Amino acid sequence: MPPANGDRAGPSSSSGQDDPVATVKKRNKPQHTSFTQQELPACKPLLTPQIVIPVLVLVGLIFIPIGLACIAASNKVVELVYRYDTKCVPRNMLHNKVAYVQNPSIDKTCTRIFKVPKDMQKPIYIYYQLDKFYQNHRRFVRSRNDLQLRNPKKAKDTQYCSPEAAAYGGRPIVPCGLRAWSLFNDTYSFTRGNQTLRVRKHGISWRSEREHRFGRHVYPMNFQNGTLIGGGQLDPSKPLSEQGDLIVWMRTAALPTFRKLYGKIDVDLRDGELVAVTMQNNYNSYSFDGKKSLVLSTAGWLGGKNAFLGRAYLVVGMACSLLALLLTLLCVIFPLSATETARFFFVDMMRLHAKQ
Amino acid sequence: MKRFVYINDEFCRDSYCDNRISNTKYTLWNFLPKNLWEQFRRFMNQYFLLIACLQLWSSITPVSPATTWGPLAIIFIVSASKEAWDDYNRYLSDKKANERKVWVVNDGGIHIQIKAQDIHVGNIVWLHENDEIPCDLVLFGTSDPQGICYVETAALDGETDLKTRIIPSICASMPSEQLGKVKGLVECPNPDNDIRRFDANMRLFPPIIDNEKCPLTINNTLLQSCYLRYTEWACGVAVYTGNETKSGMSRGTADPKLTAADAMIDRLTVAIFMFQIVVVLVLGFAGNIWKDSQGLKQWYLLYPAEGTWYDVLIIPLRFELLCSIMIPISIKVTLDLAKSVYAKFIDWDEQMFDQETCTPAHSANTAISEDLGQVEYILSDKTGTLTENRMIFRRCCISGTLYGDNNGDALKDARLLDAVSSNDPDIVKFLMVMSLCNTVIPIKSNDGTISYKAQSQDEEALVAAASKLNMLLISKDSSAADICFNSCKLHYDLLDILEFTSDRKRMSVVVKDVQSGKILLLSKGADEAILCRCHQGQQIRNFLEAVEMYSQLGLRTLCLGWRELEEDEYEDWSKKFQDASCSLENREHKIAEVCHSLEKDLHILGVTAIEDRLQDGVPETIKLLKSAGINVWMLTGDKQNTAIQIGLLCNLITPEPKGHLLSINGKTEDDILRSLERTLVTMKSMPVTKDYAFVLDGCALEIILKHSKESFTRLAMLSRTAICCRMTPLQKAQLVGILKSVGYLTLGIGDGGNDVRMIQEANIGVGISGREGLQAARAADYSIGKFKFLQRLILVHGRYSYNRTAFISQYSFYKSLLICFIQILFSFLSGLSGTSLFNSTSLMAYNVFYTSLPVMTIIFDKDISEATVLQYPQILLYSQAGRLLNPSTFAGWFGQSVYHALVVFLTTVCAYADEKSEMEELSMVALSGCIWLQAFVVTLDTNSFTYPQIVLIWGNFVAFYMINLIVSAVPTLKMYTIMFRLCCQPSYWITMALIVAVGMGPVLAFRYLRNVYRPNAISILQQIEQNNENTQSTRTVESPLKSPGTYLTHLLNDQRSNRGASYQPLLSDSVESTR
Repeated sequence: MPPANGDRAGPSSSSGQDDPVATVKKRNKPQHTSFTQQELPACKPLLTPQIVIPVLVLVGLIFIPIGLACIAASNKVVELVYRYDTKCVPRNMLHNKVAYVQNPSIDKTCTRIFKVPKDMQKPIYIYYQLDKFYQNHRRFVRSRNDLQLRNPKKAKDTQYCSPEAAAYGGRPIVPCGLRAWSLFNDTYSFTRGNQTLRVRKHGISWRSEREHRFGRHVYPMNFQNGTLIGGGQLDPSKPLSEQGDLIVWMRTAALPTFRKLYGKIDVDLRDGELVAVTMQNNYNSYSFDGKKSLVLSTAGWLGGKNAFLGRAYLVVGMACSLLALLLTLLCVIFPLSATETARFFFVDMMRLHAKQ
Repeated sequence: MKRFVYINDEFCRDSYCDNRISNTKYTLWNFLPKNLWEQFRRFMNQYFLLIACLQLWSSITPVSPATTWGPLAIIFIVSASKEAWDDYNRYLSDKKANERKVWVVNDGGIHIQIKAQDIHVGNIVWLHENDEIPCDLVLFGTSDPQGICYVETAALDGETDLKTRIIPSICASMPSEQLGKVKGLVECPNPDNDIRRFDANMRLFPPIIDNEKCPLTINNTLLQSCYLRYTEWACGVAVYTGNETKSGMSRGTADPKLTAADAMIDRLTVAIFMFQIVVVLVLGFAGNIWKDSQGLKQWYLLYPAEGTWYDVLIIPLRFELLCSIMIPISIKVTLDLAKSVYAKFIDWDEQMFDQETCTPAHSANTAISEDLGQVEYILSDKTGTLTENRMIFRRCCISGTLYGDNNGDALKDARLLDAVSSNDPDIVKFLMVMSLCNTVIPIKSNDGTISYKAQSQDEEALVAAASKLNMLLISKDSSAADICFNSCKLHYDLLDILEFTSDRKRMSVVVKDVQSGKILLLSKGADEAILCRCHQGQQIRNFLEAVEMYSQLGLRTLCLGWRELEEDEYEDWSKKFQDASCSLENREHKIAEVCHSLEKDLHILGVTAIEDRLQDGVPETIKLLKSAGINVWMLTGDKQNTAIQIGLLCNLITPEPKGHLLSINGKTEDDILRSLERTLVTMKSMPVTKDYAFVLDGCALEIILKHSKESFTRLAMLSRTAICCRMTPLQKAQLVGILKSVGYLTLGIGDGGNDVRMIQEANIGVGISGREGLQAARAADYSIGKFKFLQRLILVHGRYSYNRTAFISQYSFYKSLLICFIQILFSFLSGLSGTSLFNSTSLMAYNVFYTSLPVMTIIFDKDISEATVLQYPQILLYSQAGRLLNPSTFAGWFGQSVYHALVVFLTTVCAYADEKSEMEELSMVALSGCIWLQAFVVTLDTNSFTYPQIVLIWGNFVAFYMINLIVSAVPTLKMYTIMFRLCCQPSYWITMALIVAVGMGPVLAFRYLRNVYRPNAISILQQIEQNNENTQSTRTVESPLKSPGTYLTHLLNDQRSNRGASYQPLLSDSVESTR
C-alpha cells in the first residue's frame, strides 16, 4: 500500500477524535480554486450561422483582392523560356544524343537569337532549368560532406561521399561526393547587336553559404580526375566560397523540375530587341530524357512568374463567398425550430438505446 | 510445512529473516535493468526500439537516429524517474519503520532498546500503550490481570473498532517478572497472508510450566502495523518478521487495469501498424522498380551495376523507417500525463468532499478514469453503501407481543417500558441475551459514562438499546461480564464464545450465572439459522410472521434464543470444543460442527428489528444513473424481503403496475432451474415499457451457476435491474465475472471487507470509506465518502475523461499520420528513394514539442457544462456506446490527415516551384503548414476556451517561430538563415493562409452542416445550454415557442412515463445477436 493511504488511516483515526474537527477538515478538504474545480471562465463559441456565415464572407472578401494582387504581380513578371536540349544537337546526331554529348571532340557551341517579348527591367535573372533530375534522391542528397567544404584541414573527411570520395590512389577529392561531381557545366553568353551583355556571376550564391558553408581557404583538389568524368570542372585556384556555380548547384532542389540561377544581366531589355545567346551544350541530360531550358526572367514582389497562388486565392475566395451564399439560402429555406433540434436529440438517444 | 519458534533462544535466531521491511520494487543496482525490462514488455516500446535500432544502420536511415532515440530516451527517462521517485518514497517510509526503536527482552531477562529491523524470530518484544506493533507476535503477557489487551487493526484490515487480544491459557498464571525468562516453543504454519487465521500451538519448557500443548488462534496474536490501545504494556514473542509477516505477505501489486478506451487505442495501433506494413511493401516494391528502370539511367546517381544481395531490402526498410512515425511515439506519455490530471481533478473535487466524515474523494488508480464514463453495470452492496450503516434498534417481538408497532420506536413503547419495570421474566431474558451475546467491549471513560466498541454495528445497536431499557452492560473481559438491571448487579462468568461465521449465520455464548450457578447458552442469529433450532414444543409461527413483517419494512432482523445447559452436558461439550480449537487442520469446520451440536433445542425469546437508514441522495442518484442508461444491480448479504424493500425505497425497482419483479426461487434444483427458464421467457415477452427486475438468493445462484450458467448470462443481459440477496463475497465476484465475460463494463461499489473481491474483480472498483472501515476503500480504484458522489464521479469526471482521452488519442494519430503522409507524397517526387522531406530536428520537435502541448489543452475542455450533464444524464449513453472513439471516428481523423497532407504538400509544391524549390525552404514551408493547420484543428475541436487553452495553443505557435528563428541563427546548422529568409517573403505568409483556408474550409463547412442539420446529442445540448444562457442574461419574456430545453425535458419525461410503441424499444430481443 502506498503511504498516501497510510497517513489517513493510520494512528490518526483514533486520535482524530481529540483533534478539533475543523483541523481535520482543513487538512482533508480540497482547495477551492477555479482551476482545481474545473471552473475556469470559458468562452464557448458554437458553429451557428451567425458565426460561420460572416467568417466565410470575411475570408471571401480578404482572399479575392489578395488573389487579384498576386495575379497582377505574376503577370508583371516577364519570362522567356527556351528549351534547347534537342535543338542544340546537330540533326545527324539526334538518334544518339548521349554519344554526342559524351564526345569531347565535338564542338558543342550553339547560337540562337531571341526576340524580347516585352520590356524587361534590370536586373534580369538567367536560370537554367532541368527536368527529371532528381537532386532530391536519397543517394544524391547525402553525397556531400559539409565539414570538408567548410574547413581546409578536413580535406580527408570524405564520409558519406562514396562513390566519389577518393580519386585514384586514395587521395581525397575536394569537394567530394556526387553533388559536386555532377556539377552543371553548360555556359551561356549574350550579345545584343554587337554589344556583349555582361553576365554578372557575382552574388548568385547566398551570403550565408559563401561565409559559413563553403570555406574561403578550401581549394578544389583532385576534382574530376577520375576515370569517370561527371559534370563541370572547377578552377583549382579559386576557393570554394567563390565558386558561385558550385554553391548554387550544391543547394538541393526539392523537386525533380527545378531552376537554378546562372547569373544576372544588369541591363534593361526593350520590347522587340534581338538578343543572341551562345550556349555550350555540355551537360548530359539525354541519358534520362531530361529537358534543359534557358530562362530569362524579371522578378516581382512574389518572386518569379507563378500564377498558382493568385489563382488559388481567387478560387478559395470565390468558393467561400459562394458557400456563404448557399448556407444563407439554406438557413432561409430550411429554418430549424428548436423543437426539431430537440427531437434530433431524442432520436439520437433512442438509436443508442437500441444499440445497447 | 511448519515453523518452530524457540522463545528467546539465541541459537535459532538466524534461521529466519530479520525484521527489515522492504516495500521497494527495485534496489540501487537492479533499477536500470529491471525498469528497462518492465518498460520493454509493452508492444509499443518494443516497436520503437526496433525502429531506433534500424536507424543505426546508416545506409537505410532517412533521418538521423536521434529522431527516435531522443523521444524514446525522454519517454524512458520520464517513466523511469516516476518509478524511481515512487520507489524512493517507499524506501524512505520503510527506513523510518525499520529504524524505529523498540524494546525487547534479551536472554538474561533485561529490557533493551533496539531498532525495529533488528528483531529476530524468537525475540520477546515489549510494547507500551499506543505503540505500533513491529512484527507478528504471539502474545503471552499483558498489564491486564485477565491477560487481555486491545488492538486497533485499522492499518491491516481497515476496521476502526478495537479488537480484544488474549494471552494463551498456559501463560495466564505467570507473574510478570517471569515473562522475560520464559523459554518455550511455538509451532506455527509457514508465513501466509490470511489475517484472520493463525492455527498454531505453543509449549512452555520447564522449569516454568509443565509440558502441555496450548492452542493458539488469531486472538492470541499481535499483528504487524496494528496499534496497542488502552493497555499499559504487553509482550509477545516474534513469530513472523520483516516481509514474512501477515501484513507483509498480503501486500502485493495488483495487475494494472486496462481501460476500454486503452484497448480501443491498442486495436487502432495494430490497425495502423498493418496499414504501415502494406504501405511499406507497396512503396518498397515500387522503389525497387524505379531504381531498376529509372535509377540506373540517372548517371549522376552512380548506381553500381552489381549490388549486394540485400539491396532489395534496403528501400523497403528505408520506407519502414520513414513511415515509423505513423505510430505516434508520444501518445503513451501524453495519455499518461492527461490521465494523472483527470485523477487529480477527482481528488480536488470539492463537491465530492464528504463534510460529515471529512473525506475527500480519492483515485488510487490514476489510469482508468475514462472507463468511468463507459460504465454499463453498477453492482452495489447494500449495507453501508446504499444505507448509512448506522443501526438503530426500532422494534422487537418478545414472546408473541410486537413492540414498537404504534410509534415505530420500541424504546418509547410504553408497554415495553412497563414490562421492563415489572421484571417480566421473558423480557429480562431477552434483554440479557441482547447485552451478553455479543463481542462488544464496554469502555469506561473517566467521567463514568460507558461507551461500546463493537465489530458489528448490529451488536452495538442491540447493546445500546438494552442499556436504554435498563439492562446495562457495565464491564466485560475475557472471562466475566457484569450487567446491571434495574440497578441490581448481576455477575456472569463467560465460559465460551461460539463465534459468528458467515456460514453459521449465528453466534452464541455460554455463560454461568454466578448467583445461581446455572450454565446458559445464549444465541442470536439470522431467522433461518435460529428458528429451525428451536425445541420441539415451541410455536414459532408468530416469530416467522414478525420476521416477515419487519423485513417488509426494510428492517434487519435477528432472532434471539437461549437454553439452560446441564453441568455434565457442558463438560462433555467443552472438552470436544477444546479439541476442535486445538486442531491444526480444518479447524474452522471442526469448530462449526461442535458448535452445531450445542446449539439445538433453543427456546426462542423473540425477534429484534434494526433500522438501517438510506444514505441521503441515494434514491435520486440511482434514478439519475438509471436514466443515464446504467444498469444497477444490488448484491447484498441481507434477506430477500429487506433487500426488496430497500430496492423500492431507493428507486432501484419500481412498484407495480409500472414495474415487475420476477423471483427466481424453488426448493429443489429442478424447481430453481425451471423458475429461471420461466423468468427468462417472461422477460423476453415482457412489454418494453415495463421496468422489470429479477431477484434471487445465494443458494439459487449457486445451483444456477453450476447447471445453467448460459441461461443466467442471457438473463443478466436482458435485465436492467436485479436484486441478489444472501450473497457470499465469492458470489458477488462471480456475478461481476459473468457480466464481464459478455463484455460489459462493470463497476463494483461497496464499503466492507466482504465487497473487496467484487471490487477487485470489477473493471472499476469504488470503495466507500464508511463505518465498516477502509478495507474496501483501499482495495478500490476510487474511494468516495458517500454513494451519492458516484453520480458526479461517473457523469462528470468519467464522461469528461472519456471525451478528452478520445480526442487526445485520435489527435495524436492524426498529427503523426499527417506528417507521415507528407513524407510519402514527397517520396513520389524523389524517385521513391526514401528521402525525408523534413530534417531530423524538425521531425523530433514536431512529435515532442510542437504538437504535444496544444493537445494537452484538451484536458481543460468541457463539451457541455456539469449542470447540463446532470440535467440530461441520457447523454452518458454517448460515451457508453463509445461514440467518440471507435473505428469510424478514427476513420474520420484518418481521412482528415490524408486531406490535410494533400493540401499542405500540393500547395507547398505549387507555390514553391521552379527557382524557389530549395529543399530546406520547402520543408520548412510544409512544416509550418502543418503547425498552422494543427493549431486550427485543435481550436475547432475545442468546445470551451479557457485561458490556459488559448495560451497553450497560440503560445505553442509563437514558440514554433521562436525556436526556428533561433535555430536559423546558428551558422553551423543546415537551417541557417532559412527561417529569416522565409519570414521576409510575402509568398510564405500567403501560402500559409492558403493552406489554412483550403485545409480548414471544408472541415468547417462539414461540421457546420452536421451541427445544424444533423446534430448529434452533444451539439444539441450545447445549443440548449447557450439558449438558456442567452435567455438568462437578457431576461426576455418566455417566447411563445417553447425553448428547446424545456421541450426536450418534456419529451424525455414523456418518454419515461410512456415509452410508447412509436419509439424503438429500449432493449430489444436482438441484444443477444449483437452482443
